[in-house]
Amino acid sequence: MRARLAALMVALPLAALAVEPGEELKDPVLEARARILSRDIRCLVCQNQSIDDSNAPLARDLRLIVRERLVAGDTDDGIIQYLVARYGDFVRLQPPMKPATYALWFGPAAILAIGVAGILIFFARRRRRIEVPAPLSAEERGRLDRILADQAGEERR
Amino acid sequence: MDPWRLLYLVPLAAFIAVAGYFTIGLQRDPRTLPSVLIDKPVPAFALPALVEGKPGLATADLAGEVMLVNVFASWCAPCKIEHPVLTRLAEAEKIPIHAINYKDKPEDARRWLAQLGDPYGRIGVDADGRASIEWGVYGVPETFIVDRQGRIRYRHVGPVMPRDVESTILPKIRELRR
Repeated sequence: MRARLAALMVALPLAALAVEPGEELKDPVLEARARILSRDIRCLVCQNQSIDDSNAPLARDLRLIVRERLVAGDTDDGIIQYLVARYGDFVRLQPPMKPATYALWFGPAAILAIGVAGILIFFARRRRRIEVPAPLSAEERGRLDRILADQAGEERR
Repeated sequence: MDPWRLLYLVPLAAFIAVAGYFTIGLQRDPRTLPSVLIDKPVPAFALPALVEGKPGLATADLAGEVMLVNVFASWCAPCKIEHPVLTRLAEAEKIPIHAINYKDKPEDARRWLAQLGDPYGRIGVDADGRASIEWGVYGVPETFIVDRQGRIRYRHVGPVMPRDVESTILPKIRELRR
């Protein structure tokens, strides 16, 4: 019982890290590349986890494939292409830039631009509608001055 | 009327478009992924036999006629559910069904087949699941339809139920057999 508890205590902090000790490559440079690649590859079973995070058996298989191909000298792009050829673009957590995904990449910016344009048009039109009155003529100004002077005189009384 | 006033309809149009996408999109099962291997040749693989007297499965075996390839495991509950459906389909349509036995213990798989019946023409043992990855399999069961030229033409994810046979699998087989 105590031994099992001790084993659990040892295993618990490791649970957050899906990469199992036996999977890690001896070469730290390749292992670092594997970790970075794995973070961008979707676990097809859990779908919103990367294979680096997932404990699913398929994620483990894919992690092993990534490492095998790294050891064999494959490039990062080559490994991604290998997986995309089998599982489609969905296997990449970051969708690639291509005509089919333009709406995804540029849609939000386009909608924002339409919104900003709408607001600008709205205010530009409102400003145009407010009529600026013509300036007072000399005669009008004289009348206004007289009225104001009269008022000032009355208040003083 | 001022044509600029039509601009006020833009939010409504955008709402209708987004609502339309959601109406369709939210009814689809996000776990059912499209296969990228559709219309592509069967991947290169070769698997050893499971049962004595019944050959294993390799790329070269999948051509010449329309066939089904079923990925199954004895530990997979939905596989047990689809098994009679596949058996009936194989008998009624006289269509060869081959199997990839995914990450299974061979003795468990043999016992499972002895109990439930064995409708398969060939069975390949995929002990480490690598051949299934070549097929783009991400869970069992999955069923593929392969045409005469050895190209994958359809993939079904999850158990094949009678309504799937009626609605998609049988029509696809008949179309490919023509």
